[in-house]
Amino acid sequence: MSALAATTVELSRWQFAITIIYHFLFVPITIGMGLFVAGLQTAWYRTRQEQYRRLTAFFGKILLINVALGVVTGIVQEFQFGMNWAAYSRYVGDVFGAPLAIEGLVAFFLESVFIGLWVFGAGRLSPRVHLATIWAVALGSIFSAYFILAANSWMQHPVGYRLNKVSGRAEMTSLWAIMTQGNLLESFAHVMAAAVVTAGALALAVSAYHLLIKNEVELFAHAARISLVVLLVGAISVVTVGHFLGQLVAREQPMKMAAAEAIFKTEKPASVSLFAIGPFEKHPSKTEFSVTVPHLLSFLTDWHWSSEVYGINYWQRDYQKEYGAGNYKPIVALNYWSFRLMVGVGFLLMAWSALGLWLARKRRLEHSRRFLRWSIPLLALPFLANTFGWLLREVGRQPWVVEGLLRTSDAFSHAVSVRAVAFTLAGFILVYTLLAGIEAGLIIYVVKRGPAPPAGKGEQPQQIELGY
Amino acid sequence: MDGTFLSLQGFWFVLIAVLWAGYLVLEGFDFGVGMLLRLIGRDEAERKAVIGTIEPVWDGNEVWLIVAGGATFAAFPDWYATLFSGYYIVFFLILIALIFRAVAIEYRAKRPEPRWRSVWELAIVLGSAVPAFLWGLTFANIIHGVPIDSHGEFSGGLLDLFNGYAILGGLASLGLFAFHGAVFLTLRTAGELRRRAKAFAVRLVVPAAALVLALFVWSAANSGKSDGKWLAAAALATVAAVLLTLSLWLVVRDRDGAAFAATALAICSSVAAFFVALYPSVLVSSSKPAFSLTVFSSSSSHHTLAMMAIVALIFTPIVLAYQGWTYWVFRARLRGDSIPGGELLSGSSDRPTS
Repeated sequence: MSALAATTVELSRWQFAITIIYHFLFVPITIGMGLFVAGLQTAWYRTRQEQYRRLTAFFGKILLINVALGVVTGIVQEFQFGMNWAAYSRYVGDVFGAPLAIEGLVAFFLESVFIGLWVFGAGRLSPRVHLATIWAVALGSIFSAYFILAANSWMQHPVGYRLNKVSGRAEMTSLWAIMTQGNLLESFAHVMAAAVVTAGALALAVSAYHLLIKNEVELFAHAARISLVVLLVGAISVVTVGHFLGQLVAREQPMKMAAAEAIFKTEKPASVSLFAIGPFEKHPSKTEFSVTVPHLLSFLTDWHWSSEVYGINYWQRDYQKEYGAGNYKPIVALNYWSFRLMVGVGFLLMAWSALGLWLARKRRLEHSRRFLRWSIPLLALPFLANTFGWLLREVGRQPWVVEGLLRTSDAFSHAVSVRAVAFTLAGFILVYTLLAGIEAGLIIYVVKRGPAPPAGKGEQPQQIELGY
Repeated sequence: MDGTFLSLQGFWFVLIAVLWAGYLVLEGFDFGVGMLLRLIGRDEAERKAVIGTIEPVWDGNEVWLIVAGGATFAAFPDWYATLFSGYYIVFFLILIALIFRAVAIEYRAKRPEPRWRSVWELAIVLGSAVPAFLWGLTFANIIHGVPIDSHGEFSGGLLDLFNGYAILGGLASLGLFAFHGAVFLTLRTAGELRRRAKAFAVRLVVPAAALVLALFVWSAANSGKSDGKWLAAAALATVAAVLLTLSLWLVVRDRDGAAFAATALAICSSVAAFFVALYPSVLVSSSKPAFSLTVFSSSSSHHTLAMMAIVALIFTPIVLAYQGWTYWVFRARLRGDSIPGGELLSGSSDRPTS
């Protein structure tokens, strides 16, 4: 490959990575907050308690600010497959295009049409129909995640296809296999749980802020308790599902998991490394130093304390035998640390929400200023964990764009020049940074302003006000 | 190649044409409303009402683009790959414009400061005008032809995309969407706003129709043949021109709903004329006619086309039903001269009678 083509691939990868990580800041809020707000509105519909109406409207506004950026950055992703990865699109379009098209038709329409009805339909629809619209939005975003993950899971573990010898491309043989494979079901559950965690942490941080400034203490103490339950349920689910997903990936993409554990030599029994340093080389083949827990990796991999776990060097030789000479190791340090930070955040948030619920049980939550103060910066953690999770999944698959079928270096657009990619990469960075600043400012503005005042005595508001 | 194979590719070609027609009709008036925002809305209450006509629906309208793109990816991967990588910078500009426009519609009202609002209004105007122009440019290039090599890859540069014919195509779609948006506003507003929207529609129809007509004439002169396909395309183009004229007459007669239907149908028949003239090509190569991508050379396998056809046949009617229902829910006309700052509704009694 020419140096110019290599630069095009490199810049296109950076562009895709930056835009998709950015997009996925908003996705879990849309999914998680969508469910959270739908839950609050359901509580209001059932109990007619004023506090639920106010919380629905307040968190609904935060949801809407995110949805706007989530939607538009999603369009960029759909376009980018063709724009920057034309060779990939030609090779996989027959298989990969299907879940993407179904996503638009089945999920995205549902979400986008009903969000308009939810925001502006409050006075025009009956309370029951209005409640149904927010559930349609939540369902749409959940379906959306399912179809996108179907496409992504196929890149991790291609199923339901055959290679056409004449065209040299992948062709779909079973849509059902693509839509029901284990990798999809488990990664979908994992992403759903992560979205719930993100929403819980966001709602907790917002509630903690208002409790700290002693604004609407009763309302936000209640919101904080709900957030803590959501956060705890989400954190337990994300860690549990994550464990099974890890076992599945160890079977389907053993190189990825070996890299995530930085286990170079095959071990029997295998130990889990808690902290490791490797030589500073591009493709290291050992660790210099590692703090380990014996037997644990064997147990985590297949529930047996003394089973054998193959290392990176073994898989490197194995891949070379199958696919020819070359490097088949992902960036080990990135995988290793992404994995540890992701898991660490999961456990930390689980402990944090348990602590918060214990405080709430002792009726001390509103007064535990240290707990509340720390709950605000803690909001960064689920976003970091979401990003690390995706880094592990995507970087861990390299050098493949479709595991075992197509290399990332062969997937780029020949028609696009280096200059063009450099230009758009700079453009996206500029625009996305600007919009991130505006969005953050706007959310802080809405959060600080707090919920609208309660309805006066004797008044019985019949609708959720989302307009301004 | 058996008969089913042929008809499946034909089915997907038609479906993609329908998706683009849906997109251009729906987001077409969104673009028009956006472009005219500051011309028709003179103060805060009026601008709020103008944006209010598209606020509940623009998001769903834009999904037509996502689905058109996704369907092209699934059914004709080579068409998708060559088009999106070949028109790289153009699509990038469309994306950036759509991003700013969407964010602007959502964020404008979230803060009260006049400066905040006027900056976002500018983003709405530009974010509407730029894609309105660039979509026309893109479609004109698809049929006019750009350099495509023997591998089906775009082999030209950025300047190849900005030829005279393509620029005329861009101007024609810009004018058409501005007119379509003005007619939509006439239908969806009342009072002073409606009066002004109507005046703009009347003023815009002549340049819009002239540009569209010029594009048709240039296209006809270009093709140089007059076979059955050419006649069908020419007939559809004529229908579009007649519908545009008819919509002017209907606007003047205050038949707002019928006028809007006429401009929507004019866009549909223009899109139909385009796809009829294009078939069986999907991307014309100016390098050599044999290098053009066709529905046969760029399509997915029979199995994929068949599976996706089933999905499309089940879900498209469902989507049309609930999206149609949304327009019914938000059918009330908006006006900009009632309670300041409030969202203002008027019932059917407010319909203009003069």
